[in-house]
Parts: sequence; structure tokens; C-alpha cells
Amino acid sequence: MTEQRATFINIGERTNVTGSAKFKKLILEGDYAAALEVARQQVESGAQIIDVNMDEGLLDAEKAMDTFLKLIASEPDIAKVPVMIDSSKWSVIEAGLKCVAGKSIVNSISMKEGVEPFIAQARKVRRYGAAVVVMAFDEKGQADTKERKVEICCRAYDILVNKVGFPAEDIIFDPNIFAVATGIEEHNNYGVDFIEATREIKRRCPGAKVSGGVSNLSFAFRGNEPVRKAMHSVFLYHAIQAGMDMGIVNAGQLEVYDQIPQELRDACEDVILNRRPDATERLLELAPKYKGTGEVAGTQDAEWRSWPVAKRLEHALVKGIDQYVVADTEEARQQIARPIEVIEGPLMAGMNVVGDLFGAGKMFLPQVVKSARVMKKAVAHLLPYIEAEKTEGAKAKGRIVMATVKGDVHDIGKNIVGVVLQCNNFEVIDLGVMVPFQEILKSANDNKADIIGLSGLITPSLDEMVTVAEEMTRQNFKVPLLIGGATTSKVHTALRIAPRYHGTTVHVLDASRAVGVCSALVSESGDQAQEFAARVAAEYEAIRIERAGGGKEKLVPLAQARANAFKIDWSAYTPPKPAVSGVRVFAEYPLHELVERIDWTPFFRAWELAGTYPEILDDKVVGQSARKLHADARKMLERIVREKWLTAKGVAAFWPCRREGDDVVLFEDETFSKEISRLYFLRQQIEKRAPRANMCLADFISPKADWIGGFAVTAGHGIEAHLARFKADSDDYSEILLKALADRLAEAFSERLHERVRKTLWGYAPDEALSNDELIREKYRGIRPAPGYPACPDHSQKPELFRLLNAGQNAGMSLTESFAMLPTAAVSGYYFAHPEAQYFGVARIGRDQVEDYARRRGIPVEQAEKYLRANIGY
Amino acid sequence: MTSRMEKAEQLRAIAQERILVKDGPYGSMIQTYKLDEAGYRGGRSFDYDQKGNNDLLNLTRPDVVSEICNAYIDAGADILATNTFNANAISLSDYGIAGMAREINMAAARLTRACADAATAKNPDKPRFVAGALGPTNKTLSVSPNVNDPGYRAVSFDEMKGVYREQVEGLLDGGVDFILIETVFDTLNAKAAIVAVDEAGEARDEEIPVMVSMTLTDLAGRNLSGQTVEAFWHSVRHARPLTMGLNCSFGATELHPYVNALNPQVDSLLCIYPNAGLPNELGAYDEPPEMTAKLVRGWAENGWLNVVGGCCGTTPAHIKAIAEAVKGVKPRRWHALPPALRLSGMEAASFF
Repeated sequence: MTEQRATFINIGERTNVTGSAKFKKLILEGDYAAALEVARQQVESGAQIIDVNMDEGLLDAEKAMDTFLKLIASEPDIAKVPVMIDSSKWSVIEAGLKCVAGKSIVNSISMKEGVEPFIAQARKVRRYGAAVVVMAFDEKGQADTKERKVEICCRAYDILVNKVGFPAEDIIFDPNIFAVATGIEEHNNYGVDFIEATREIKRRCPGAKVSGGVSNLSFAFRGNEPVRKAMHSVFLYHAIQAGMDMGIVNAGQLEVYDQIPQELRDACEDVILNRRPDATERLLELAPKYKGTGEVAGTQDAEWRSWPVAKRLEHALVKGIDQYVVADTEEARQQIARPIEVIEGPLMAGMNVVGDLFGAGKMFLPQVVKSARVMKKAVAHLLPYIEAEKTEGAKAKGRIVMATVKGDVHDIGKNIVGVVLQCNNFEVIDLGVMVPFQEILKSANDNKADIIGLSGLITPSLDEMVTVAEEMTRQNFKVPLLIGGATTSKVHTALRIAPRYHGTTVHVLDASRAVGVCSALVSESGDQAQEFAARVAAEYEAIRIERAGGGKEKLVPLAQARANAFKIDWSAYTPPKPAVSGVRVFAEYPLHELVERIDWTPFFRAWELAGTYPEILDDKVVGQSARKLHADARKMLERIVREKWLTAKGVAAFWPCRREGDDVVLFEDETFSKEISRLYFLRQQIEKRAPRANMCLADFISPKADWIGGFAVTAGHGIEAHLARFKADSDDYSEILLKALADRLAEAFSERLHERVRKTLWGYAPDEALSNDELIREKYRGIRPAPGYPACPDHSQKPELFRLLNAGQNAGMSLTESFAMLPTAAVSGYYFAHPEAQYFGVARIGRDQVEDYARRRGIPVEQAEKYLRANIGY
Repeated sequence: MTSRMEKAEQLRAIAQERILVKDGPYGSMIQTYKLDEAGYRGGRSFDYDQKGNNDLLNLTRPDVVSEICNAYIDAGADILATNTFNANAISLSDYGIAGMAREINMAAARLTRACADAATAKNPDKPRFVAGALGPTNKTLSVSPNVNDPGYRAVSFDEMKGVYREQVEGLLDGGVDFILIETVFDTLNAKAAIVAVDEAGEARDEEIPVMVSMTLTDLAGRNLSGQTVEAFWHSVRHARPLTMGLNCSFGATELHPYVNALNPQVDSLLCIYPNAGLPNELGAYDEPPEMTAKLVRGWAENGWLNVVGGCCGTTPAHIKAIAEAVKGVKPRRWHALPPALRLSGMEAASFF
């Protein structure tokens, strides 16, 4: 199963006779075999949905649609993705609907012929079980202005949702992309109209998506592909920020926004955003210059460039310089008899130097990742030659299949481990994020993996890892299972995962340990591997015995813990009323404001550089590495901000509330008459010595009348395009760097927003004046605990928080089935304002509390146990 | 008369409290009567041999069908399916009686209704429900029967829809509470059945609750249309099924990972009725009732079950053991799914 992130969805456009002359020719000639190849290529090059259109005067479109869709049904490589049945004729659409087993999208229906036929067609689409694209078209014609687009779409939305009972999430609007720069003045604002209409439609039609056919836009520049591509990229860049979810595009041919030459990009932007009256003329003037251009790159030689080629390769690897590596690799290939020997010889020699330096603690992770980038580029250059020779690749030490488990999207750590293993001559098959166990195990089988590695960051992933372990046992796997990621631990692995798998299970703390563990597990002498496995097994058994034998703090009954709650004298306290009411949306928070709020220490930790910022920069051991990494990060941050790689979106709100037991009840208004939600908190049950209390977050809320806040922020919108660019460039270093920075920006956003909450939005501390350092050390009044973290460890409370904040609409954020947030760089939580509110960890809790919690939430105890697995103390 | 939607509500209310039990199969039970050609004909005359035409027995030997139905009632089944797995014009044409589909379905529905109502009257605290069963037919809409011509289909969507419509009308006239679209190996067949039910409901101006049950055709967890269980769910979720689940294909052991996979995705009642293990080399099932019950109990304890029953090889003894095994175990609960555009090809794709 593929779970898609909340980012742009590519719909393949090449299987469309109106868009592809080649496809049209194939269909007209009846060459369906070749036409299927077109579809296959679309899927292979990343189309997540394929658009099929047979609207051509010379064709029996119903017949062609029927034939093609039936043929696709027997091609698993193609039929794995959903189909978009595209026609302007209802009869063709209905013919298509009768051929697809999956749930497809109909493209499109509209109110062109009036409301009645629209409703009738929508009912049929629903009956056949498809989603639908609704074109902004009514009896008066096709909508061209923003107002008309919005009006028609909102009207259609109302009819579909309220009259037809069509699920909002199955509705996709196409507000019409028209050609710009046509020389006709009325067309100049078409780009802006679409973008602005998209923004408004997304706001007013919750759940619905927005799509469009992008190639119309550049119709005026037919024949000048470079300019068309640039226009499409610029347009999408802005439309996606406004909320466009999907588009019919030729994914393989999009230019990366920030790689478009500045003058061309500016000219396109002027046209699309209608920024100046002479925009069209200026783009027309510029266009011929880019018609089929090549670029010249400047070079700068240094002394090492005069060394022999093997030495140069080693230098490039150790220093992580990728500028000349392809040329040098090519030179080496011509000198050495067989291309494979270039890898086995100078390149591996260079990587061995890197491995030795890393092992000796003289090189650090950021540099190793850069070295890997250079190596990957060299290997990528050699691969075609090696394949041409049809010889075996260099014998890797072992093959490891790794994945972030189903429901989880975090992969920085996993990617680092992957890179380090590759540097050490392991073959790594990385299945990505949100991978169900079937795929992991199938890949392990198909690829004859020597090791399976699982990663995850959020606590529900721990459960998923147990599932994988159980399935490995059921399917009689023998290979070692590695467990890693931020919430995993040796204790959890020993207690919960290892007993479920009959093979060897090893917890790996970080990337630097991964190499040692993997090398031991696949060592040529089987004895060493067995000895290592036995040692781990014994160690884990010891942990289990120790845990079973007590030695832990005692748990007190829930009633006793409640009696020892944190006491606040409410009579002496007047809860401050927030200065703003309702939900506050931050559609595009200025990134530069966040940069200065970044807490750098965790950033270095992500790269396994130990120390506190800023002291780490002068550290005797890692200082040089840290400085270099910091400089690279700063440089990238500058581009992130200047070129708007990322968009920060957030939402915050406050609600009147009061405490009821360990629950906090939220009300619609201060009359406290209508309950709108209930937050369920957990209480510490470990026996406390007086005067320490058994804390619960509800203790910080007044039982009479109080306020609580909630927030969700992300800095991850827009990241995918850049990650894809780095990936395409085999540039792991930049990929990991960008992810780590986006995480930091999200954290900084939550810090900055909290400050604004204290000073103005809630406004209980208007005069607060703290330095960034003091902020990081949490010297302020109030807390912002996050669901899934120690004070409120249940991730499953996030959907309710998201609902209250309408985080989907307001910040474009969503949750996976395991409650991981998308985009990944995100933070959400609650605001507590009481001066004595403080962070704590709930830690272990007893069965009585789990049962009580299940009862309060109205869920089965087993479900509660699942949610609270990491805290269960029985 | 209580409307079908009210019956569905009643079933949902009970499902809040406990795990419901569905009955077992007719085929293997009918075999134990060792009926010969005359036994199948029951005194009627036919142009072709009818031996083995189990669906015909609803007309010719209602006593046999009622006896089996009552055996499942006594075993504790809450939901009784009609003996109509092959009572569609396509399958019946093998016996030359395609024209009798409507009559057979109506008779089957009536006699199952009578058995169920008698049991409900006896014990009103345990109301019994009747599900009119639609089998997959022996033709496929999404696969070509001719390997050299992958675009060919032996039947069209509209033909399939018409065949199902006829069967559905008979079942509804005979008084079933729900329509059970079961053993779905071809998703497009099931979609044709859903359209047929929807159109029948529209003509009668009522909403008809459907139960949908997929079957897997390989151990990789896909059906004949190539879909994973999640992809299939996305394909039929628009029918807002009263129950969604899996039946047949394998025993509980092999179904385990797929029940696990469906559990978090299905926002309606989950209904599973496995075979009694895998068939032995003679094609017979020998998993004893205690074994099936034990495996099913494990699912119940995982919080995976709302409705459970038996398929090939299970007997009233299996159903009784299953009913006892899940008694007192809390039924499955589920959470609302986060809003997303949920599509599928052979694989599911959710766009949040």
C-alpha cells in the first residue's frame, strides 16, 4: 500500500490523445502494445495516477477507452496505480467506469448543461465508486476570473456534499488553467486568477482538492520547450503554495524552480503573476535565447588537480568534493582495463581511507555523508559500462533491506545509517518511509537480504516493529533484524521485539554502531556471527530477567496517585483571558524570523556530533567538523529563506475549559454551556516521596473556569521538490541537511509562536524579555507539551487536536494512521499558562489507569493498551 | 415491517455489545445428505441433469435447506445467509435453468426468513438476520479467460449487472434483510453487484444494506483482479457496507496478516469467515472445530472482530465452537479515518 504525503500529486499525461501526438498516433494505428508501453513509462517515471483520454474525432472514443483500460488491467506494473478516466463525453466516462476494478477519478463533470444533469452524473460516479474532477464551468460558460471560479466551485461543492451526499474528500476542482502571454491583454491575469481562486476554494471547500492541466498555460510558446518548462515550474511553484494538490503534468520534464536561470525565471514570474504591463514582450524577447541552450560552467583548478588520477579520486572522496569526480572517474575508466576495477581499485581505496578515518574518530558523519555523495556519483557514471559488460558487481559485504515502518515518515536517521553502511561496502536497499511489512519481507526475500533494518521515530512505530517481528517468525525468516530510530531502545527491543522473532534481533543505537553490528552479523566466518548473535541474545535475556525481577519503582493505585495530585491554590489565581479569540492561522510565516530562533544543539546531535552549541564549534575533537557543518547549514538556510524553498504554516487557538478529574473539558464559549471536546490526560503512578506530587497535566487547569490553547506548526511545505532534486543528484548530504534544517525550523516556529502567545495572543506575559538562550532553557511562564511526548504520551490524541485546530485546512497538515504528522517537519501541542505548569514524564502506569483511561475515552482496553504500550508498567 | 436500514441499525447496536456470529456453508452440509439425481429433482422434471445443483434445492428440497439453516441457528449464528451462492443466471445456465434464478432466490429467501423469524420469536433477545448471498459467478469482468487476448471479456459489465439485479430482486421479494456480496475474487464483478443493489434500491425507494466479503486468490494477499485487501476496500467503500471482510481462500492461520492489515483501514463492521484450514490432498478439510475456534479467538482478543463465521469445511459444530470462543470477548472498535482522497489501482493510494 502506498501512502502519499500531503504534497503535489503527479498525474501522468502521456496516455492522452489530446496531449500526446505520439500516443494519438499509436491509438489511431491500433498499436495498443506500444500504447501500453507509454503508460508503463509514465508509472515508472513517477506518475502516481495515469490520465487516460481518447477524445479524438477520428476515434470511437468509447471503444478505445474500453479496450485500453481492459488491457491495462492485465499489466500489474501499470494497473498498480489508479486511473483518471478523462473525457468531455459522459458516455466515454461511463464506458471507462465499467472497466476499472480500482477506485478511479472521473475527469470531469460540470454544470455546463445545468444543475440537473450535473447531479445525475455525480450520482452515477458515486454509484460506480469513483472520485470526481469538477470543472469550473456552468450554464454561462467556463470561469475565467477568480470570482467566477470560486463562485462556481463553491456552488458545485454545496450541491455535491449536501444534495448528492458526495464525500468532500472525493471532490477535486479544476478551476481552469488558461494560456497567458498570448498578446491579448485580457489573458494577462489568468495565472493570478487560477492561483488566487485555488487559495479561496481550498479555504471554502474543506476536504476538496484542486487540480489542473498545466500545459495549457504555455500554449503561446509552442516549439520552445525550455521556456514552456520554465513557465510550468514557476506556475506550479506558486499554485502549489496556494493549495493546488495535483496536476496533469509530464513529471519527467519539469525544470527545478531554483535551477531556472534567474533572468528567465524572473521573466516567467512577471508573466504568470502579472507583475508588469510589458511582461509578455519581455518574455518574448528573452525566449529565443533559451531555445535549445546549453550552459557553460566555470572551473577553478587547485593544486591537487595536477595529481595522478587515483590520488585525485581519493582526495575528492576524503574531502567530499564532487565537482570533478565524473571527469576523474572517466579518466580512470579509460586507464583501467575494466570499469568494475575502477570501483574495486581507486574508489574503494579512497572509501577505505574514509572508513578508517571515521573509525578512528578523525572524520565525522557530515563529512562521511559528503564522501558518500561523491562515491555515488562516480558509481553512477560507471554503472552503464559495467552493465554493458554484463559482469557481476563488486561483491558487497552484505545486503541490507531497510525501511521506516508503516505509519511513520521519519527517515533522517535511517538515511544516515544507509549512507554509512554503503560507505563501508554494504549494499543497501532502502524502501523509504511508511512501508508495510508485506513489502519489507517481500523485498528481503526477492533480494535475498542478509539483514533487515527497521526504523521509526514515533511510539506507534514500536508496535509496527513488533508486527514485523511476528510476521518474520510466521514466515520463518532467519536473517537478523536490526531496530533503530529515536524512540527505540535496547530495553524495548529486548523486552518487546526480540521475544517475538525467533532469529537474531539487535538494537542499533546510531549510525557509527551500525557498521560494527552489520559486519559482525555477516562475517565470513559463521562462527563470529554466531558468537555475536549469542552475545546479544544473552545480554537481552539479562535485561528481561532484570526487568521481571523488579528493581523498579513501585506503582501506587490510581486513586492514591490522584490523592497526591499537584496542588494549586485556585482561589488565589485569576486565569488570564486570551487577547485573541477563535483560531489564528499563519498561512506563510516569515522564515527569516525563525532562523534566529533555531536551537542548534539538537541539529548537531542529529549528525552524531556530541556537544552543546555554541561551545561545540570550538570543541577540540569535533569542532572543525561542527564548524564546517554549521557553515553548510547556514548557507543552505540562506537559500531556503531567500528562494522560499519551504513554507511555514501554523495555527493556534484557545478555548475556555475546566478540569474534570484527569480530563480537561473544552467549551464553545465562556458560558460553559456547550462542551466541544475533552482532552484525556494521564497521571504519574510511580510512588513519590513527599512533597513530590503524582503529576498530571490536568492539575494545571482550574476546576472552575480556565483557558487552554492548542497549536500545530510545520516548516515542511515545499520540501519534496528539493529533496527530489537532491535525490536525483545522488546528493544524500544535502538531502539530510535539508530535512534536519526543516525540523529545526519547525521547532523554531513552535518556539517563536509560543513567545507570541505569551506576549500578545494570549498575552499573559506582555513584558517578557528573554534571550534566545533563555528561551531554549524554557525560562518563561507556561508550557507547550506535545501529544506523544512524556507529559502526554498518547499520540492518538493528535487527531482531536488537529480537528479542533482544523489543522488540515489551516496549515495543510495531516496525520498518518500511526499519528505521525505530515509534512514531517512539524510540531503540535497544547498551551498551559499557569505559572506553576511544568514539564514532567508520565512514565510507567498501572492497569487500573489504563482501564480508567479506556473507559473515559470510550475505547476498548486493548486499544488503550496499544496506544499506551510504551508506558505500560504491568 | 421493520425497514432494512432499521435492521442494519439494530445489527450495529448489537455489534457495539458483542461479536456477532455468521453461519457456515451449505455445500458441504448438503453433501452429507448424499442426494442422487432424483433427490435433487424432488419430483420436478428438467431437461438436464440437476445432481450437484445445490441452489435448486431451495425449490425441490426446502426441508433439507431449512434443516441446515436450523442447525446453524442452534449453533448460535446471528446472521443466516441464503443458500444462493450460485443462484444467478450465469452459474445456473450450467444446469440449463438460467430462467429459474428469480424463483430460486425468492424461495431461498423465504425459507431462510421463516427459520430466522421462528428462532427470533422463540428468543427475542437474540434476533436473527437474513443475508441474501450473491456469489461471484463463474465469469470475470477484470480478467480475460483467453491468455492470447488480454482485452477480451466473456461477459460485459451491464450483463453482469443485469444478472445480479435479477438475483437481488428475488432475494428482496423473499424478504432478506441485507445483501451479502461474498467470495469476491473479481472486484469488478462486485462493483457490478453494488450497482445492481443500488439500482434495485432506487427502484424500490429504499436503501439496501450490503455486506461485502473479499476472497484472496494467492498467499501474497491479492484477489484475481490483482488487488491487495486495502486496494479492494477503497474500491467498495463507496457502498458504505454494513460489514466488510474476508472469507474463504484459506484457513485462519493464512488469513491472519490480512485481517491485521484490514483492521485499521475499515471504518465499518469487520466480518471474517475463514475455511476450516487448508484442504488435505483429497480436497477435504480436517481442521477440527476447537482448532478453528482457537484461531478465531486469537483474532477476537486482538480486537479485530465484529462478525465471525465459517466458510468451506466448517460445520455447525465449528460455528458452535466459534460462537463459544468469542462469547464475552469485546467487539472491535475503530476510529474515524483521517480525511483523504482514497483511490486504488491494484494497490491502494491515499492522498491526504
